[in-house]
Amino acid sequence: MMERPTIFARSTGALPSAIAIVRVSGAAAGAALLALSGKALPAPRSAVVRKLGDPATAALLDTALVLWFPGPDTATGEDLVELHLHGGRAIVAAVENVLATLPGLQPAEPGAFTRRAFENGRIDLTQVEGLADFLAAETERQRAAALVLAEGGLRREVERWQTTLLQLTARAEATIDFADESDVGTGDAMLQRDCGTFANHLETALTNPPAERLRDGVRIGIAGPPNAGKSTLLNALVGRDVAIASPIAGTTRDIIETPVNLGGVPVIFVDMAGLRPATNDTVEAIGIARAEAAIARSDLLLWLGDPANAPSGDHVLRIGTKSDLGNPNPHTDLSVSAVTGENMTVLIATIAERAILLLPATGSLALTTAQQVHIRTASDALARASNQPDDVLRAEEFRTAMRALDRITGTADTEAMLDTLFGRFCIGK
Amino acid sequence: MNYDVIIVGGGHAGTEAAAAAVRCGARTALVSFDVAMIGAMSCNPAIGGLGKGHLVREVDALDGLIARASDEAAIHYRMLNRSKGPAVQGPRIQADRARYAAAIHAMLAATPSLNVIEAGVDSLAIESGKVTGIVLGDGTVIAAASVVLATGTFLNAKMFRGRKVEVGGRVGERAATTLGDQLRALGLPLGRLKTGTPPRLDGRTIDWSRLERQPSDVDGWTMSPLGRRVLPQLFCAITRTNIATHDAIRAGLEASPLFSGAIEGQGPRYCPSVEDKVLRFGDRDGHQVFLEPEGLDSHLIYPNGLSTSLPVETQIAMLHTIVGLEAVDVVAPGYAVEYDYLDPRALDHGLGLSALPGLFCAGQINGTTGYEEAAAQGLVAGVNAAAHARGTALMRLGREQSYIGVMIDDLVLQGATEPYRMLTSRAEYRLALRADNAMTRLTGVGMAAGCVGTAREHWWAKRRADLDRAHAGAADVPANVAAEVAVDAQYAPYLIRQESEGRSLAASDGLRLADDLAWAKIPGLSNEMVERLTRASPRTLGEARRVRGVTPAALAAIMVTAKRSHG
Repeated sequence: MMERPTIFARSTGALPSAIAIVRVSGAAAGAALLALSGKALPAPRSAVVRKLGDPATAALLDTALVLWFPGPDTATGEDLVELHLHGGRAIVAAVENVLATLPGLQPAEPGAFTRRAFENGRIDLTQVEGLADFLAAETERQRAAALVLAEGGLRREVERWQTTLLQLTARAEATIDFADESDVGTGDAMLQRDCGTFANHLETALTNPPAERLRDGVRIGIAGPPNAGKSTLLNALVGRDVAIASPIAGTTRDIIETPVNLGGVPVIFVDMAGLRPATNDTVEAIGIARAEAAIARSDLLLWLGDPANAPSGDHVLRIGTKSDLGNPNPHTDLSVSAVTGENMTVLIATIAERAILLLPATGSLALTTAQQVHIRTASDALARASNQPDDVLRAEEFRTAMRALDRITGTADTEAMLDTLFGRFCIGK
Repeated sequence: MNYDVIIVGGGHAGTEAAAAAVRCGARTALVSFDVAMIGAMSCNPAIGGLGKGHLVREVDALDGLIARASDEAAIHYRMLNRSKGPAVQGPRIQADRARYAAAIHAMLAATPSLNVIEAGVDSLAIESGKVTGIVLGDGTVIAAASVVLATGTFLNAKMFRGRKVEVGGRVGERAATTLGDQLRALGLPLGRLKTGTPPRLDGRTIDWSRLERQPSDVDGWTMSPLGRRVLPQLFCAITRTNIATHDAIRAGLEASPLFSGAIEGQGPRYCPSVEDKVLRFGDRDGHQVFLEPEGLDSHLIYPNGLSTSLPVETQIAMLHTIVGLEAVDVVAPGYAVEYDYLDPRALDHGLGLSALPGLFCAGQINGTTGYEEAAAQGLVAGVNAAAHARGTALMRLGREQSYIGVMIDDLVLQGATEPYRMLTSRAEYRLALRADNAMTRLTGVGMAAGCVGTAREHWWAKRRADLDRAHAGAADVPANVAAEVAVDAQYAPYLIRQESEGRSLAASDGLRLADDLAWAKIPGLSNEMVERLTRASPRTLGEARRVRGVTPAALAAIMVTAKRSHG
């Protein structure tokens, strides 16, 4: 088998920053540190200061804190070096350029460090899955949900379902394989009822809000006729000029998405073109079509027009704007003024309150869409099984359900799972 | 003497292996302790059943003996699971023991160029790591390119009844002790299993008037489509154990070798002894017992469900508590047999032993139980022993293709921790693998492997033409052809879904693993995982997935390693 290249990448955020950490993982990591520092490797797992230079020219690159983690008991399961550099663009670029010239070293692909951790048995798949979310988590709630996943919470839950399903399957199969033999009754009257109950249990798990909402934020649409004050309201909500707000109707012709941490709740405000019945402006017409699609996708909709024209649904909040101009409409849920700030605090609190209900509860199971699809497959199969009078076809539905659950844990379909998994990481993770 | 193939053992595996090797054109010899015992049914007088009936039809589709011999000897036909879907209906017959053995003898006698040798086999002849033949008890060496071991329960066999222990695989017969010791000395992974048989009863002392009767099916189906019903039909009867029976059993448990620790081997969960049932299901107030006739000219009755190794007095006391058996005479008491078996994970999918080229194993030696399981393995081992001798391609049947494929795949990847019995639930493609379409699935495969004779070929040509016409909408086809096509249509939506599931997994499961893959070097595999994988040596990712206890994370680790080594 070919020796795998040693990989390196910056694993901290955008430059410039106070500190930038470059990680090197693989068999040549120790040699790379030797080459850069010109000194013996430091004691494992202790931070020491080293002058780092270009071994070809002896030019000083940076004075840095370095750490040496010999494998296999490291995050990646391989020899690992961390260089804590000063976070200037030039310094980091210079170090990366030198690393690239060292034998056996190459820049890391996205997710490569995590993939190695996985390939070297340091973490299992559900841990990998949770880790991607964990690393991207910006709010406390996102972090908690990712932690449940990273600790194998999903795997344990699915394993419980697999056990339940296995028991149902055993009962179904007993009526088939041992029916004529003796000792097994002619039928299991409770079986259909029990698999209906189990289908409902999976349904309940599916009503958990999706993980994407937690990861990407609750989508809050801001909609209404042109010039209703949508962009002005958005700017007031996020505290900076993100949308062009002008008194000329039809200024916002496309969708503007603004992610915001609203009191610990991740939300995305979606500002869209004003809705007018007919327009000759094709650009604006496209904008309106997109707006209608965005309204449909909103988890919560702030409607700024005539309350009588508001889309129906529990998720619609009818807002009267420009309350500073007088004539508040009595049919709105709340009247605000972005200009004077009247009721803005109330609006923000209301949005946060509604949004929090749309998120998975802290510490509960947040499922990705792909996982939901598999659970849906299992749940549908069980629902069909609960109405299936033919023992053999019922058992067949159980098999379908089991295979769907197996896909979540990776018992079936190893390939598909890995493919979706590592693509979600960024370089250096 | 110089043979292509030598078969050791003349039971259901050995006879199928011998006949199949000859059909494939191999110069073949069958060696048995006792030629008169060839084709004996050593346990129950039934052939077929759920899963097992599927195997019988598959062996028949590959032109084997068991189904035709069954029809020659059948004195009771019953289609099990008739009330359930056609996929799980299992044909079963009760055979007249003597006539069954006679039918097998007749078929072997009619097999051209098969030499039957009466002798005990002392050991395998081995040269430079390959099997080159066998050594008989008198020191005679018989050379052959392939040897099939089909020794049943005879390897280091011991029989138990109460505190009595005898050496031997069947009452009045000896054990193959030296051969067993040689396999052990070769470092082959051997284990112990046990099986048991019930007492045989004198039917003239049973009060049939008090018992529910089960008549033979009247609709005329046969085990083999080439067979026909020839004998008069008898009935079976049903009775039950009761609290008094269970008390009698408990009173004798102390002397049972199962509980005294005398027997180490694991018995079959699916066919437990009656003392096992009483102990494990203490809350049950009764277990069903089927009283099965052993033959037209025999008074013997086989009480199916009463397998036991209790002392004779306890057996009699227990029997006399059962309705209809109050005054029954025991002709031969039940007993348990403990025997060596080879961990089948040492075999490849052709039933050849990877560590010893030229050696094939079939039947109970591989940890299975049942005539049907044995016959199916015998046929595969015989075909492949012939192929090995002649240097042609091995026949390998897939899980999606046959119950035989399911069984062999289970055995070589998962091993046997108890005697392996076929069940329909083991077949994930159960809806497609039916007893009624075995020939459609397999006869063509058998023809390609060379194990199908001309009579069957002609029959199949006609059948296939009828099937084609039925698919084209013709109404004037035989009823069983129309029925097969109708069942296909009934299951079609499920089969389509299964196929698309299979396709989506095929890419990843088909990933080849290197033959010399160093499991221990794959990062992240626990020692236990490495041990399981080393024993089973899966050759694809899909096979690795089926090795017992292999976790998803381990599978993913195996996959990434395999991909890396492919470059």
